[in-house]
Parts: sequence; structure tokens; C-alpha cells
Amino acid sequence: MMHVDVNTKKLKKNAFRVTKHRDIVASRVRVPGGACNAEVLAQVAAIAREYGNGQVHITTRQGFEIEGISIRDMAKVNEKLQPIIENLEINQETPGTGYASSGTRNVSACVGNRVCPFGNYNTAAFAKRIEKAIFPNDLHFKIALTGCANDCIKARMHDFGIIGMTEPQYDPNRCVSCSACIKGCDQLSVDALHMENYKIVRNTEKCVGCGVCVTKCPTRAWTRSRKKYYRLTIMGRTGKKNPRLGEDFLLWADEDTIVKVILNTYKFAKEYIDPKAPGGKEHVGYIIDRVGFKEFKKWALDGVELPPETIVKDNVYWSGIYFR
Amino acid sequence: MGNLWNKEALSRLLENLKKDYDVFAPRLYAGAGCYSDTDIVRYGIIESFDEIVWDEKSDYSFKEALLPISDTIMYFTENSVKIPEEKRKRLIFLRACDLNALKRLDEIYLHNGPEDFYYKNIRENARFILMGCSQSFKSCFCVSMGTNQAENYDGYAHPTEEGLYLELKDEALSTYAEDISVPRDSQEIQYVKENEETVPIPETLPENIASHEVWKEYSGRCIGCGRCNFVCPTCTCFTMQDIFYRDNENAGERRRVWASCQVDGYSDIAGGISFRKDQGERMRFKVLHKIQNYKNRFGYPMCVGCGRCENVCPEYISYIECLNKLSAIGGNSHE
Repeated sequence: MMHVDVNTKKLKKNAFRVTKHRDIVASRVRVPGGACNAEVLAQVAAIAREYGNGQVHITTRQGFEIEGISIRDMAKVNEKLQPIIENLEINQETPGTGYASSGTRNVSACVGNRVCPFGNYNTAAFAKRIEKAIFPNDLHFKIALTGCANDCIKARMHDFGIIGMTEPQYDPNRCVSCSACIKGCDQLSVDALHMENYKIVRNTEKCVGCGVCVTKCPTRAWTRSRKKYYRLTIMGRTGKKNPRLGEDFLLWADEDTIVKVILNTYKFAKEYIDPKAPGGKEHVGYIIDRVGFKEFKKWALDGVELPPETIVKDNVYWSGIYFR
Repeated sequence: MGNLWNKEALSRLLENLKKDYDVFAPRLYAGAGCYSDTDIVRYGIIESFDEIVWDEKSDYSFKEALLPISDTIMYFTENSVKIPEEKRKRLIFLRACDLNALKRLDEIYLHNGPEDFYYKNIRENARFILMGCSQSFKSCFCVSMGTNQAENYDGYAHPTEEGLYLELKDEALSTYAEDISVPRDSQEIQYVKENEETVPIPETLPENIASHEVWKEYSGRCIGCGRCNFVCPTCTCFTMQDIFYRDNENAGERRRVWASCQVDGYSDIAGGISFRKDQGERMRFKVLHKIQNYKNRFGYPMCVGCGRCENVCPEYISYIECLNKLSAIGGNSHE
């Protein structure tokens, strides 16, 4: 049997890519939070050697794209993907059939506080929690998590950007007025600290919760808040029409709120997506552009009990570059 | 002779002690470390003997239990001055290295010219329980410094499977245990006999050691954060701060605050002059004070080999390696 009859719509949803080479596809392996053990690498390598051309692309979303797979081998590759899917605990209805959708992209994350001194939380763990809550889904959502306001993962270029924050706790009795925090905040962050009567005053309006003061403090006068906080930026994007950075929606939010807001946004997108969108694919940011922020906000915060310290932006205005 | 204290007996003992004493011991501060989701062990008032951390060395020394980091020593307004109320008595649990450091603090604050009024007040009302060391920890070199054993303690303790083994030598302290019945026992005092690190102490450094090139590399490496001083049980430097209250500048207070010879401002004097601007010079000042200059004056080194400065340095500057280098230059007693 030489001829190929494949439904490309299904192929794409099954996380394969139609490539520029006839009869050749690529398999896209999702790695939530960009964190995996070495076993996954070995399993990816085995597929690349046996069914691919030996080449693997590390994707911008922190997955693997196994190149050069024959379109005839997709079922076999899906079987081979099963241990990876189980290893990474990806939601799946039918084992051995690969990924159930591809619209909702891999949830990416910087290395976070597992490794990085600046990271304010375990980014991969939160990424996995979000992945568990949202995948599989055909709606086109991009989510990224970053440990601190440095935003190394470029969360602001995503539909949802989650930026770790800590509320610095100051014990004046432990402070020796060495100014390390003031210098650190000025040089590395937003210059939110100054000294009055040899003790530190934090400008709470300015503070971005990056935690630099805490890492610079030599006496533990500054420590992190027990609660972990997040800044949620929304509807950043790249693309042909209007690339833009995401804007702040919630400040000092908690994990539960963020998960609920994302799930609510899926409901919103399902309600308002353009039924004539090509391939049923309309980015959520463009849906909000059509429907309006206020309507989105109504849906996003539906049933959400916000922590008292969370700041919700009344309105959000995006800028960016307009090509049309 | 001592006693074996079970949980219930210990909680009664602490209740008795708390009537007069703040009990300070190394305890875990969860999430209070420098980095996210890291803890530290430092001194604080305990509410239960279970809180005492035995299986780790405290990141910060016992010093803050005796010398507050930032201490108001007088209030003033117009023509009057008031000294704060006397602080509560304190009972401090500490290891042999720190108890040897106490001797250094006493030397500086009590036996080096006029007695320090504030230190003396706290010190006279402080009692010390030696914590047995069943193991040597990372970067400990107490054996090299001869500080692995200690004298002049008011009590001794180490944990056992049957409870806390506690000897109360001080008569006044024993009265707090009088109404509690606990089995008598006699156990050996636990102390470290060998460290992983054997550190040579330089003996005869050349006269020009201050200008030696060995210090140069630290100029570029040290960031002057002062952590080595703040964790050190023997650093005694402080600075004074006069504060005028913002709402009423006719009243204020004077504070005594820990100072660090590594941090900018330490050697500043009138006229904008600063003696040691270079971090290499500051490193030289600190290290030579710990192992040479103090010794020249008092007959024994200041450093007690607790290794905390080694463990805390964010730039991985090894004080032990520095002593090795100095010994290569000046010879040492272990040779």
C-alpha cells in the first residue's frame, strides 16, 4: 500500500506537524514547566533514532519536536510516546494514542526556585498544576510562568503570564542599616526602598515583589512572605497582526485564583470564539479585542473569591505594534 | 550527674523557667532563608524544647541572644535621658565553639578597658547551657582552634532516645527543676574530637603581611556584604545611631547596632576619609584580627573555628583557604 490518506485536521490535533517535506511529519512532545527527568530525554532520543531522522528540535515552548517521521509511522510513534506521556503525567483518555489535543500549548516556565536564587516559587510545579487543569483542550492558549519580575521566560508575550512575587517582610530589629537592600533594589529592580532614621521604608506602590531585598539582606531583616503571590499578565502575543506585551490584570493574586481565572477564560473563549475562524482557531486575545475587556473580566472573575490583598485592574489597555 | 527529661517534664521545666527567663536556642525559621523555600537556623526564644535544632549548626551564632542586633540604649528629650528597662534574664543553649566565643565577647566588653554597661547587664543575668556535639558539621574546625571543649557553663544537655539528658550545675537554675521528678542518669559530655577540616593557624607572619599580594584577589571577589561578620560569634563591632523621632524632633533615642568591617562606611571618619576602601584590605583586616592581632593582645586567637563565615559567603570566599595560604607564607604550629 503506497498511497497516503490522512486527515490533517486530526493529525494536527494529535500533536503532529505537517511539514514542508511530503509524507514527513514531526511529533511534538509537551513538557509542562520545561522540567523532565533524564529518562524522558532517553525516550525522546529512542523515538528520534527509530522513527525520525535522528534530529530533535528543542521548541520555544520547551517541548521536543522529533523531526523526520514518516507519516505512515504516526501510530507506532504514538505507542512509543506512551511512557513519556506517563512519565510527565499528561492527561490522556486513551493510552497509546498520543496527545489528545494541541491547541492549548505546552505550559512553559523558567527554572524557578528549584535552582535560581531569584525565583520566588516552584515554577514547574505550578505549571504542572495548570497543565493538569486545562489539558487537553483545542482552544489556542499560551501560558508561561516565570519565577520573578525578571521574566526570563517572557511570560508577558503569552495569553497568560504568571510572574512570581513575594511580599517582603521587614524586621527593623534585625536591620543593621548596611543599605545592601537599597542598593540591590536600585541597581537590579525598581528603587522602591529608602532609609529613614537608619531603618528601611518600602514604597509599596512601587515594589514589584521581586525579592531582591531579601536575597541581599545579610542579617535576615528581610524575609519572604509566607504566602506566595503572583502577578497575572494577560493577552500578550506575537503574530502578524498586532504583536504586543501582556498587561497586568491581577497583582498579589494567589495560585487558586489564577487557575480559576484561566479555566473561566476557556469558558469565555468557547462562548465567543468566531465560528467561522479558520481551522476553528482564534487566539483568545483577538476574541477579547472583539468582545471587549469588560465582558472578559466578567467571565474571568466569575465565582472567584479573591484574596483581600489582590489588586484587580479596573480596565486594561494594550499597546503593541499594529500591522493591520 | 544529670537527669533524663521526657517531653512532659521538659514542658513543665520550660514553664518554670519562663517565669524569669527567656530561653534562647538555635531554632528553625521555616521559609526565612535567603532564597525562596529555604529555611535558616538561628537563635530565638523557644516555646518548647522540641524546637531546639540539634542536628545542624545554626547559620547565625548565639551572639544575638546576648547582644541585640539593633538595641536602643537610651531615650532622650530636651534635658533628660532615660535608660531602657533592664532586659529579662536569659538562658542560652549553645555549642562549645560559641561558649568559647563568649570568652572573647567578655574579653572585649568587660576586660578591655572600662566595662560595657549594657553588655554587663545582660551578661550577668544570662545563664548558659552547653549543647553536646555528637558530630562535626560542614566547615567546623573547632579542634584546630582548641574550642571543641568548653568550661564555665551553667548546665549541659544533649538529646538521647529516652529524652533530653540535662545536667544543671548552676544552683539557681536547679531550683526551677526541684518540683519535677525525673530519673537520674550520668552520661559523658559529647564533644567533637575530629573535624573534616584541619586548619593550620599561621604562626610567624612576616612584618609586611599587610601589604602582601595574598590579599589582592579578594579585592575583586568580595562584595562587602558583611555576612561573615554577622554570623561570626566573636565579631563585636557596633556603631551608634541617634534617631530624632519624625513627629517630634525634640525627642529621640540612641541605638547600638552591629557593624561590619566589610561593609562600606565602617572606616569612614570626619572629613570624608575612609581608611580601607578596598575589599582586599578589609579582608586582611578581618582575617588578621581573628588570628593574629587579637592574639597579640590577649594571648589566644579570636577565631573559634565555627566555620559559619565559610558557609555563608555568597561569593564562596573560603576563610579556611585564606588561613592555608597565610600558613604557607608564615608557617604554622601543626608543622
